[in-house]
Amino acid sequence: MKNSKLLIIILVIMFIFLLGPFLVILLSSFSGDATMKFPPQGFSLQWYTKVFNIKMFRETFFISLKTGLAATATALILGIPVAYSTVRYQYRGKAALELFFSSPAIVPGLVVGFALLRFFIFLTNMPIMMGLYIGHTAILFPYTVRVVSASLRNFDPAIEEAAISLGSSRLMSFFSVVFPNIRSGLAAAFILAFITSFNNVPISLFLTGPGVATLPIQMLIYMEYYFDPTISALSSIIIILTILIVQTAEKLLGITKYM
Amino acid sequence: MSYVQLKNIDAGYVKGKPILREFNLSVEKGELLSLLGPSGCGKTTTLRTIAGFIMAEKGHVLINGKDYSRIPPNKRNIGLVFQNYALFPHLSVFDNIAYGLKRRKVEKSLIRKKVDSVIEMVSLEDLGNRLPAQLSGGQRQRVALARSIVIEPDLLLLDEPLSNLDAKLRDEMRAELSRLQHQLGITMIYVTHDQVEALSLSSRIIIMNEGYIEQMGTPEEIYDSPETPFVARFMGFDNSLKGTVTGIDGDALTVDVGGTPFSCKASRSKSVGIGDPVNLFFRPEDALMGSGGEANSLAAEVNFYNFQGGTTLCSVTAAGSQIQVLLPGKNVIGQESSHVLVPVDKIIVEKV
Repeated sequence: MKNSKLLIIILVIMFIFLLGPFLVILLSSFSGDATMKFPPQGFSLQWYTKVFNIKMFRETFFISLKTGLAATATALILGIPVAYSTVRYQYRGKAALELFFSSPAIVPGLVVGFALLRFFIFLTNMPIMMGLYIGHTAILFPYTVRVVSASLRNFDPAIEEAAISLGSSRLMSFFSVVFPNIRSGLAAAFILAFITSFNNVPISLFLTGPGVATLPIQMLIYMEYYFDPTISALSSIIIILTILIVQTAEKLLGITKYM
Repeated sequence: MSYVQLKNIDAGYVKGKPILREFNLSVEKGELLSLLGPSGCGKTTTLRTIAGFIMAEKGHVLINGKDYSRIPPNKRNIGLVFQNYALFPHLSVFDNIAYGLKRRKVEKSLIRKKVDSVIEMVSLEDLGNRLPAQLSGGQRQRVALARSIVIEPDLLLLDEPLSNLDAKLRDEMRAELSRLQHQLGITMIYVTHDQVEALSLSSRIIIMNEGYIEQMGTPEEIYDSPETPFVARFMGFDNSLKGTVTGIDGDALTVDVGGTPFSCKASRSKSVGIGDPVNLFFRPEDALMGSGGEANSLAAEVNFYNFQGGTTLCSVTAAGSQIQVLLPGKNVIGQESSHVLVPVDKIIVEKV
């Protein structure tokens, strides 16, 4: 009994650490005051209407959306064959490749690489949108490979062999048997990768330029000049939307087991 | 010429390290051949080589006279039944069974007819619309069977198809398999590690060990006269006694076991001479307990009894060896059981 009390206390502290900041943001977004304060003074929805009235937020939202969708789709299309080959086949250099894909934690090291890419974009005069697309595809790739690999590993290879013995080629067996059964894994990969792209700051910082920014970068810029609860309102919207998307996908597809 | 032939096959999972070496096998049309052996003996490798999932490094796979050695598995027309069923989880029972026919571009109305007829054959009527997850283990294996026989394969390969089922269902499915085999006359190769399964189903059994064939024969031959110590142990000759041959008279041998003369019959395959050290193998159910004075009896010290329902397993030490004796009934404890004895014709003699 004593043990379980201690556990509950630790759990409560954990939740305060995890959810506390979010609660502060959520409460301050309803503030009636023009400056960020906690606890907030008064109540209003003006910051929410302000979010939708600022043109830069609307524009950068669509840039983030476009970049996120395009980069996620590309990373997924490239990631499926890589995941399939690492799960099903043995080949030279596979261990090194797997190590690379199994630790998205080493991705921040890539920031250096993106500084170089930024330099490269300067040299080649590549459009900023193109640079963003390539950069985001590169950071999402390990995520899609990892999640798709996890769902492939859960899929019994004997089922594919059954399809082959019944007359399917490898490719046909992939599309007729493997693909329909890893759909929720693919959905999980898509959602995880999209959210990663949508929330990304460090890589986008290097790749955005004059006139083009992603939503999080625009939020940073906004905060440099104004310190009102608009940012809280926008953050709350993004967090709640993210939770809604993940929850719906979990209900419909059970995606979290692949994440 | 045999229907299926493997000729001088070298095959395995890692190139240069074949599990099968110079492997030869022939299967007659319409027979059910079992590959029996412990895990790692190469029986599944043999099956996968025939199916084409392992390409032999060397040698030939012939089916009905045609060389399939270089033909990919999807062009071999071989049915496969897996231990874990390997049904397509997203397809209904009907579509699972129809899969192979669709790949063969069979006309739709004919697919329906053929699928319905195998569904009836394996008694799955009314389950056509269910998904695999809504079926019991036995039903799933029936679907797997139906799926592989509906394509009218040249050969049906079964990889431990019953080992995931519980004992009662296993018996039922065994009878079902036997019936289907007789009804359809399909040539089947059946991989198993279960002797009872192999004995009850097969027309012939091959016992494998470390990539080699230890013995090949009918179930009766394999059961009654194992030719090697490995086969003897595998077929349940769990007890062994060390001895020395002291007399030969035709096929009657006298073997000295720790000072006690044992009379046994010489095995057909290998001859022994006087003075040769030999092992005497016999089954726990063939040994008896007695009070001494009978032929072929050794003084035994009882270690423990283990009541098993209809039988009692008794562990004794005799002539320095641990001997298991399986006795019928349960009231055997303490009744004139100072000796263990083995009938003459229940002993296999193998030269050490």
